[in-house]
Amino acid sequence: MTETASTGPAGGDVRLAGISKKYGSFRAVEPLDLTVPQGTFFALLGASGCGKTTTLRMIAGLEDPTTGTVFLGDRDVTDLPPHKRPVNTVFQSYALFPHLDIFENVAFGLRRRGIKSVKKQVGEMLDLVQLGDHARRKPQQLSGGQQQRVAVARALINRPQVLLLDEPLGALDLKLRRQMQLELKRIQTEVGVTFIHVTHDQEEAMTMADTIAVMNAGRVEQLGSPGELYENPRTTFVANFLGTSNLIETEILGTDGAGLTVSGGGGCKLMLPRDRCSTGTAAGGKVLVGIRPEKITLTHADDAGAIPEGRNRVPGRIADTSFIGVSTQYVVHSPVCPDLAVYAQNIERDARLVPGADVVLHWNPEHTFGLGADQDRSAGEGEAA
Amino acid sequence: MTATAARPAAPPAAGEPKPRPAPRRKRLVPYWLLLPGILWLIIFFVVPLVYQASTSVQTGSLENSFRVTWHVQTYWDVLQQYYPQFLRSLLYAAVATLLCLVVGYPLAYLIAFRAGRHRNILLVLVIAPFFTSFLIRTLAWKTILADGGPVVHALNALHVLDLTDVLGWTSGDRLLATPLAVVTGLTYNFLPFMILPLYTSLERIDHRLHEAAGDLYATPWTTFRKVTFPMSLPGVVSGTLLTFIPSSGDYVNAQLLGSADTKMIGSVIQSQFLTVLDYPAAAALSFILMAVVLFVVSYYIRRAGTEELL
Repeated sequence: MTETASTGPAGGDVRLAGISKKYGSFRAVEPLDLTVPQGTFFALLGASGCGKTTTLRMIAGLEDPTTGTVFLGDRDVTDLPPHKRPVNTVFQSYALFPHLDIFENVAFGLRRRGIKSVKKQVGEMLDLVQLGDHARRKPQQLSGGQQQRVAVARALINRPQVLLLDEPLGALDLKLRRQMQLELKRIQTEVGVTFIHVTHDQEEAMTMADTIAVMNAGRVEQLGSPGELYENPRTTFVANFLGTSNLIETEILGTDGAGLTVSGGGGCKLMLPRDRCSTGTAAGGKVLVGIRPEKITLTHADDAGAIPEGRNRVPGRIADTSFIGVSTQYVVHSPVCPDLAVYAQNIERDARLVPGADVVLHWNPEHTFGLGADQDRSAGEGEAA
Repeated sequence: MTATAARPAAPPAAGEPKPRPAPRRKRLVPYWLLLPGILWLIIFFVVPLVYQASTSVQTGSLENSFRVTWHVQTYWDVLQQYYPQFLRSLLYAAVATLLCLVVGYPLAYLIAFRAGRHRNILLVLVIAPFFTSFLIRTLAWKTILADGGPVVHALNALHVLDLTDVLGWTSGDRLLATPLAVVTGLTYNFLPFMILPLYTSLERIDHRLHEAAGDLYATPWTTFRKVTFPMSLPGVVSGTLLTFIPSSGDYVNAQLLGSADTKMIGSVIQSQFLTVLDYPAAAALSFILMAVVLFVVSYYIRRAGTEELL
């Protein structure tokens, strides 16, 4: 046991090959191939029931995959029980041992591996999570955030090859959650262990992770860096689940070098870069054109002449506005889409931009992306936390 | 606190009616709630106890009536006369308690963690014996363990009775009227009192703690030793107490399944009260038994360190 759980320099990537899980006839995870490079902060993001926790538990060994193989480095660990895998988990409810104090909770893994003198290591680990003074307290005497840090310390002290985090911040309030996100990121950078983090909170995933896999209905919809996923979603689910997207149904008019011209409702012509279109670009084809609300500029119809050439323009009328401090959110009726969302920074507020005002929406065509029109336009909407 | 501090101080006006009557009534509520229980205990526990205490220091006979003479000598006399039965009672009760724990723990574990949807059926089965009278059940054991019965026959064939005979637990080909029979009866009769508290404390353990232990390199057996068992200690302590205390005072099992050689202190007290009619001796024995059990139990609780547990 000591040997298999031995740490050494973290050895290699986590690789899932064709892994799937069925409960009876319900497919929790569809056959999945995934590689998590060593030393990265990787997030599995998705709404509840999308299979992300099941995937994590299969890596931990707490769930047997129906098909497929789990590799840690070059080693096939699919058939190893959890106590023989060099991975540790931070559980959603922390699962601290209530009958042991903080010191013994953290020392648990070391003692199981037969390490006698744990005092120094435990002390250092408690300092890392800033709980050095609480060693002799019982878990139930600590606050939620402190318990969460104990759970991280208890797992990390074993210097696992991979640390698995199952919605570890779900039970914390917003402010503490933000703080712990930065804390976890700091710890990960400091110890350099591979973190695989399961969450349903897209902001949390984007704040912390180097790479995000967005999961939906047991499948990975898209994988990439937070910026890539946000700027270049390839499915409507990703476009709606990560932030907000305006999706406009259009028909392709033609291509022009690197550009693509499409026409939306009301004969509105829009342009987008061809390489940002994840579907066929043949003329006459349908395409969903997407634009993020904060990329759009709102100009009152009277000033429409001042809008520079070469920008995508859509006329509309403001239906609703809501002021939220740093920005104002507008809902605009337009011929291309009945409810376009626009976020405008509150730098200089135009007093004419009130509900009922006629406006022109315009944006840089570079910021436009195209999605296959065969998808549900509202997939993933309202599922993000 | 801030709210009350911010409120302008109320003028100490003379015209203020009844100064805060509610808190006083509120303070009395717990006592009213305690009243029925306390009355019950006084009438049915304290009064008989005092009565028995006075009986234990009386002398006389049924014909010439008993009188309180502060004859404390009775205690010493009965202790000298009946100490073997005392020791035997404690021994039998301890062995039966241990057997209950050995048999009951795996069962409670199974019901709590592995039974799934059969859990409720199994729990009903555990308490099912209570639907029949204690006496009838013990009498049934008399039939089960009877000479020449199937149990004796089977144990004989397996040469188990030869072994137990050597150990002094049985005699010859008999099972009935031996120490083994009495301990078996005690174990059977008090087993549910062990299983139920064990089940309750095991059932409360979060299954994710088992997963966490496994995740932290504990084998299933280590998980049991370091997590499950320590966390079930409150159940172990209450289960052993609920088994040990009544079985050390029990007389039905010794009476029906045992012989003169397996007499427990409960049988002695019963016969002193109902057959010999020596009330002072019976009362003194009862008090000694109570003191001994109290001593053993408080020592045990201190050793088990239950105050440390959750």
